[in-house]
Formats: sequence, C-alpha cells, structure tokens
Amino acid sequence: MLVVVVDTSTPAVTTALVRVDVDTTGAKGVELLAERRQVDARAHGELLAPSVRAVLAEGGATPGDLGAIVAGLGPGPFTGLRVGLVTAAAMGQALSIPTYGVCSLDGIGARTAGTALVATDARRKEVYWAVYHERRRVTDPAVDRPGDIRAVLEELGVTATVAVGAGARLHAEALALPVLDAYPSPVALAELAADRVRSKAPGEVLTPLYLRRPDAVEPAARKRVRP
Amino acid sequence: MTDEPLVLGIETSCDETGIGVVRGSTLLADQVASSVDAHARFGGVVPEVASRAHLEAMVPTMRRALDIAGVQLSDVDAIAVTAGPGLAGALLVGVAAAKGYAVAAEKPIYGVNHLAAHVAVDTLEHGALPEPSIALLVSGGHSSLLLVGDLARGVTPLGATIDDAAGEAYDKVARLLGLPFPGGPPIDRAARDGDASAIAFPRGLTAQRDQAAHRFDFSFSGLKTAVARWVEALERTGEPVPVADVAASFQEAVCDVLTAKAVEACREHGVDVLVIGGGVAANSRLRALAQERCDRHGIALRVPRPRLCTDNGAMVAALGAHVVAAGLPASRLDFPADSALPVTTVAF
Repeated sequence: MLVVVVDTSTPAVTTALVRVDVDTTGAKGVELLAERRQVDARAHGELLAPSVRAVLAEGGATPGDLGAIVAGLGPGPFTGLRVGLVTAAAMGQALSIPTYGVCSLDGIGARTAGTALVATDARRKEVYWAVYHERRRVTDPAVDRPGDIRAVLEELGVTATVAVGAGARLHAEALALPVLDAYPSPVALAELAADRVRSKAPGEVLTPLYLRRPDAVEPAARKRVRP
Repeated sequence: MTDEPLVLGIETSCDETGIGVVRGSTLLADQVASSVDAHARFGGVVPEVASRAHLEAMVPTMRRALDIAGVQLSDVDAIAVTAGPGLAGALLVGVAAAKGYAVAAEKPIYGVNHLAAHVAVDTLEHGALPEPSIALLVSGGHSSLLLVGDLARGVTPLGATIDDAAGEAYDKVARLLGLPFPGGPPIDRAARDGDASAIAFPRGLTAQRDQAAHRFDFSFSGLKTAVARWVEALERTGEPVPVADVAASFQEAVCDVLTAKAVEACREHGVDVLVIGGGVAANSRLRALAQERCDRHGIALRVPRPRLCTDNGAMVAALGAHVVAAGLPASRLDFPADSALPVTTVAF
C-alpha cells in the first residue's frame, strides 16, 4: 500500500512516498520510493505542497493510488507544524483515506542507539525533547530549557550518553553531551504507523502535540488615558 | 448555467473558519465555524487561539459545506483560498489546507485577496457588479475605500485607516463601557436608546488640513481616546456613565465619517454604485446612514446580508469564480500566505 509521509515539526520540511508491505508486521516491510527534505524554518507553507507532488511524481504514483497518510504530530513550532497536519488532514479527506499521527521526536529517536536524548528547537531558548533507550521512547515528550533537563533526567533515573537533533546542536553546551544531527526520518515515522496502516485502523484526527498553551493574557484593569 | 465554474472557497484570515461553494454567482453552501467565544475573555482575537481553532475546524467544516452543496471535491473546477491580508498563522492554515485539497483532488488553486473577496460576495446577492464601483470595507481588521473596476484584474485603493480599524474602535469602546466582545452588536443595541447628538465626539481626518494627504483615509484612534477621556472624567466625579448616549454618539461619529467619505469618493470618481462589506456593514446605523446619503446623491447602495458581510468562505469562492471566469491562470503551488497582501493583488 502506498503512503505519503509528511513532517513539518522542525526547520526541515520532510515528505516521502513509501510502500508498506501488507504481508508483514511491525517496522518491517516499509520501502522508501521517494523522499524530499528542504530546510527552511520560514517557508513550510510554500515548500510542503510542491514537495508532496514531487514525491508522488518521482515514485510514479498519483494521489488516487494512496492508501493512507502518515504525519508527524510534533512537538514543534506551532505555525509550521500546523502546515503539515492540515495538509495531511485535507489530503486524507479529499481522498477518503485514513490519516495516522506519530510523535515527530520518535522519527528521530527510532534511529538512535543506546540511551539518547532527542531534542528539537522549541525557540525561546527551549527544546522539545524525549529520551530513547534502544530506539524506544522512555519519557513523555516535553518542552524545557536545556539546562533544566539534566535534573529532570536524574529524577527519572535516566542517563543519556548522546543528544540528537537540531535542538541538541543549538544547545550543546547546556546539555553537556556529544551531539549528533538528525531530522525526523519519514521511513521511521511510516514504520511506527505501519501496523495501523496494514490493519486499516480507523483514521485519526491529527492533533498537534503543542505542549504549550497559547500566549495570551486576560487584560488587567483598563489603562487610563490622561485627562 | 452549468458552464459557470463550480468553485470551493476557504477563508481563515482571522477567527472564522469559512468554507463556501458557489457555481458562478450562485451560492450553494456557506459554512462558518467561529472561534469568537474563545477570544472574548481576552478582549480581542488571539492569533494562536484562532490558528488552533482553524486546524480543528477545517475538516468538519469542509464536510458540512460539501454535503450542503451536494457536491464532491472531485466535482469542483477550482479551489480558492484567502492568501491575505490577515493574521499570518491563521492564513497559513487555510492556505496549507487548500493546497492539500488541491494536490489530492488534482485541482487548480487560486490564492486570492480577502478584501477583494468582501466586494465579490455582493455578486452572490445582487448580481454582477457595475464597473466601476466604490467599495467601503469595514471590519475589526480593515477600514478601506476602494475603486473597483474589473474585480479579477485589480482594485485601486483610495484610502484606509491610518491607525485602528472601525471594528477595533467598537471593541475598545465596548470594553470601556463594560459591554462584551465583539463590541459592534452590543454598542449598536445600546445606541438605540441613546441620543446620537448628546456628545460631540471628533470625526477623524475630516479637517480641512487633512484633505490633501488623507482625503479618503480614516482614523479612529483619536475617537476612541476621546470617548475614554469623556467616560473617565465622569467616573472621577462619581457620576453615572450614560452608556446609551455614549454608544450612540460614538457610533454616529464612526458612521458619519465612513459614509461621508464613501459618498465623497463616489462623487469624486463619478461612480453611482457603493458596495459596503465587512463585519461592521452589519451595523444598523451604518446601513441607515449610508442609505440616506446615497439616496440624496443618486447612488445605488449595495450591502450584502449580514451573514455574507462577516468573514466567510462563500466570498472567497465568489471571487474565485470571478477570477476563473476571467480566464486568469491558477496560482503556483508555492504561493505564500501574505499577512500584508496589498489589495492591488487580487489573485496570486
């Protein structure tokens, strides 16, 4: 079954066309047919749709050939993240095919080794992060200042030996760990959704992992004008 | 009739998720999901709250619009979407959704101008727009006077607010008077029991010295401050605030300037049709005063019903249908959402 994968949770706009072999289970049987990655944190809205069209063309597929859409749910900067999720949701609706969400950090964590801290840039001097042991997530996705993460990990009794992702690179000093670069792997995202794709599980509403409330304060008492 | 293009319109420039379906100038569906209640406690639209609501509302609102129109996405000839002006993050949800629908359904897409769409929506109610016309667009985000020739090819801006939009002034004055958000309807209601001549509030940019540079521009910030001063002076002395009189006098100042300048623009350009659009066009005093002044000068006034004046997807579809019928090329798939899109750009 052909599946389009999109992830816009990081500065990278990632799309892929993959084939999910329906006769196997788990992460096996996901074949990459075409992939695009363009890194520009400010142009997700411009880059994503042409990129989806491009991977379809490169894979020799038409939209009508698709059986499902898989999307990275973040966490990630909201505006760019929504571009990916609303595009995926619209495609799913237009084609009457299911959409499945995967935590975008898992798209990085599934390609790590040992115990790894995956951290993406959350702006405002913070990172979105989670810890992976043998490629499985062992903490909930969270948003924190890099300098505060060590204490959280100590409390959880987790010791990471490497930090992975653009947030890790940006805050290498505060994290005090060796850093590896990575963006979410579309194949990893597809693998994490593969069993749902194969079993034709009910489609999911793609709700972003925001982890932060909107910045909005209720107005205090009205300011006086000068008489 | 079936030669007319079947167009889907998507609008997310502020706090309404609007999906409309039109065939030419015939309205088939107009579905709006509003996040206005979520903004009320903040006293104004919070962009991030609006953007989140657009994402949640997109698919169900589309479902309802298509069901009501009795069409499938595969039936439509084109998809039109508001590309700007508006709140950047909110616009982007609609633009990205429209592109997703366009790629999946393999349809042409048109990124169009929100202000031009407010003018185009009138064709759904009153038929083709005579060329040229003058359009007065007044909402919480915009206050503009436009000279409209062929809608598909260009709109000439004559003037706009240099500070607050008219609807924004309504919101701020409502708050001052302890009335709820959005301020338009409660001030309109309160004003019915008030004396519009009770307080002589200022009419921005109407003085002789402003005519050279700002003849068709608006300013409502000074008016808002004048109302605040007047109310606070009373509060200091412990006197009760005559809410109805303040509301009526404020509303009169806003509607007087809007209609006077709109009629003057018609006369200056020898135009005998005035179209009013935008959320403030639902205001009863604006409609009445505009009618009175247009009648006096032999100008035909066209105001769509209130439901079509506020932001909606039908207006985007209406403009899209006009642009498609005019034979304009579709937008490239990489067009941006432009929060400051000038009204001279009707379609990307």
